Amino acid sequence: MREVQYREAVAEAMREEMLRDESVFLMGEEVAEYNGAYKASKGLLDEFGPRRVIDTPIAELGFSAIGVGAAMNGLRPIVEFMTWNFAILAADQIINHAAKMLQMSGGQYNVPIVFRGPNGTAGQLAATHSQSFESMYASIPGLKVVTPFTPYEAKGLLKAAIRDNDPVLVMESEKMYGDKGLIPDGEYLVPIGKANIRRTGTDCTIVSFGKILKTVHAAADALAAEGIEVEVIDLVTIRPLDLDTIVESIKKTNRLVIVEESFPVASISSEIAYRVQRHAFDYLDAPIRRLCQSDTPFAFATSLIDAALPQTGDIVQAVKDVAYVA
Amino acid sequence: MPIRTDFSATVEHISILDEHGVLDEQLAKDTLTDEQVLELFQYMCKCRALDETAFKLQRSGRMGTYPQNKGQEAAAIGSAFAAKRGVDWLVPCYRENAALWMHGLPMHYVLLHWMGDERGNQIPQGVNITPLCIPIGTQMLHATGISWAMKLRGIPGVAITYFGDGATSEGDFHEAMNFASVQQTPTIFFCQNNEWAISVPRERQMWSSTVAQKAIAYGMPCVRVDGNDLFAVYKASRDAIERARAGGGPSFIEAVTYRLADHTTADDARRYRDPVEVEAWVGKDPIIRLRKYLVSKGLWDDAKQAELDEAGKAMVSEVVRAAEGIAKPAVSDIFDYTYATIPPELEVQRRTMRTHSLGQSPEQVGLAGR
Repeated sequence: MREVQYREAVAEAMREEMLRDESVFLMGEEVAEYNGAYKASKGLLDEFGPRRVIDTPIAELGFSAIGVGAAMNGLRPIVEFMTWNFAILAADQIINHAAKMLQMSGGQYNVPIVFRGPNGTAGQLAATHSQSFESMYASIPGLKVVTPFTPYEAKGLLKAAIRDNDPVLVMESEKMYGDKGLIPDGEYLVPIGKANIRRTGTDCTIVSFGKILKTVHAAADALAAEGIEVEVIDLVTIRPLDLDTIVESIKKTNRLVIVEESFPVASISSEIAYRVQRHAFDYLDAPIRRLCQSDTPFAFATSLIDAALPQTGDIVQAVKDVAYVA
Repeated sequence: MPIRTDFSATVEHISILDEHGVLDEQLAKDTLTDEQVLELFQYMCKCRALDETAFKLQRSGRMGTYPQNKGQEAAAIGSAFAAKRGVDWLVPCYRENAALWMHGLPMHYVLLHWMGDERGNQIPQGVNITPLCIPIGTQMLHATGISWAMKLRGIPGVAITYFGDGATSEGDFHEAMNFASVQQTPTIFFCQNNEWAISVPRERQMWSSTVAQKAIAYGMPCVRVDGNDLFAVYKASRDAIERARAGGGPSFIEAVTYRLADHTTADDARRYRDPVEVEAWVGKDPIIRLRKYLVSKGLWDDAKQAELDEAGKAMVSEVVRAAEGIAKPAVSDIFDYTYATIPPELEVQRRTMRTHSLGQSPEQVGLAGR
């Protein structure tokens, strides 16, 4: 094992897959000359040249669609967005074309493409640059959505995504590119569709994903200090959802708190709450709780940012509530 | 410092066969042989016959909606004839049926599509065509990507993408044109300027006097042609394809034509178009002028036309029978084409034939009793 930064893990994944498969290439804004807005494509232009590492015009819709076309004709594009917030412009191509081409062509044209980039809040980026898009895209049949939390998943999941024959959306975070973690020396893949139990416990299950898991872990530590052991499940893949792992955990803990860094309405937490009450109702000893960011455009001022996001104390309290601990 | 001109441009307009069927022999040189013109003329007539039949099918409740191609056959045929089957790609919108058939798509597929069956877009292996694309303008970007992929893979093919004048107002159009020229992709942007975006005339869609001049801003070779003139369309298409195949990058062709019918069967163009205008364009019909030309050359006569009309009828019946005779799709088709590899949760839905809105039981999901 060796320690790498998240951004290095992303670059390694792309590099290894580009070495392995000639049809893989990277395109996006500032990915070549500049090595990526967050340096997640460092060294790739030097190694693979401008034919396979392509700086595109500033046109998210355009280069996403051109990626779709290239994927229909034998290539495996990796499309980097400077942020998923800019990719709203590309939503037509992701939702209406990448996700539906296989169905619209009666199974003739699959679209093996990866869309990746940072997602969610990242400090004082203000309302238009602070949104999470997992729930929006995970509601679209034909897409797969993954949110790697550590460098280990950032590399292994991205490699799996590049080899996948369907469109895969990879949600990273500006706040995680500098995170360090251990990864194996040799090649490995992290399968799409499998949740990860990050901490075992018997008193309550917390389901979460992405950057806010840092807050969840802090809450789990605080609870452990009070003798409450929570089981923390990182979804890792948002669609297809690994319901088995969640239900198995609830059978043990009988309690569920969902923590999600996104707006609450029609969210991933709503979906999980539905599925759990449908498939594990008899195992629940308390109503499911969920914590999301505030149901408002995201704040700009630092003090308001903290207020708009679930904090450690909020999670501790929610767990105590469902565990009926005073 | 004096004021100087940094850039100026003109747009050429090519016309070879006029509306009276008179050919400009000089310009027609090295375009189409007599045999080719005869073949393509018959193709155009058959396509017109099928188009009229499709309209009737819709009116009699045997088809959902249908956009007639009437009047635009020369634009479709002249351009597609210049492309190589099995090598070049056609990336259509929805008003160039004749081009698709010419490029190898079985004729009943398009009817099947408009009857509301995805299998109409289940393009056979080896036929380089993408599904009909109804959202306006999105396909031009796919064509750019498809042709770019060929360039990157070293395949000597080009992609021709079809769209109307209305689509050039979309951002997609400009992003495709920009990318294609920056990357010098082998893409032919073929605009069928039929003067109307449903009920909005061209002069209320754009302030530019031609559509073609939009290409100039992207440094792309562009030309206007009489879109009802088979020779002119073929010549411009062939030149653009040859240039693209030789590494010369993308081109833009504006085929000036006219939608003789309604936008679709859900439209009634009499409400917003001047009948005098429509009548003038009826006189420029691409089939009528080609027939006049062939008759004047002694290559065609009434007897041959009668024979062709009979053959056309038989072909149309056969095509309609093929489209209507197809067995209903299996219910599992709902799930089979969502992912290349079906994920477990969808496999459960497929097995139980129930969607999440209907809700599987824990037993069906395999979670109960564990």
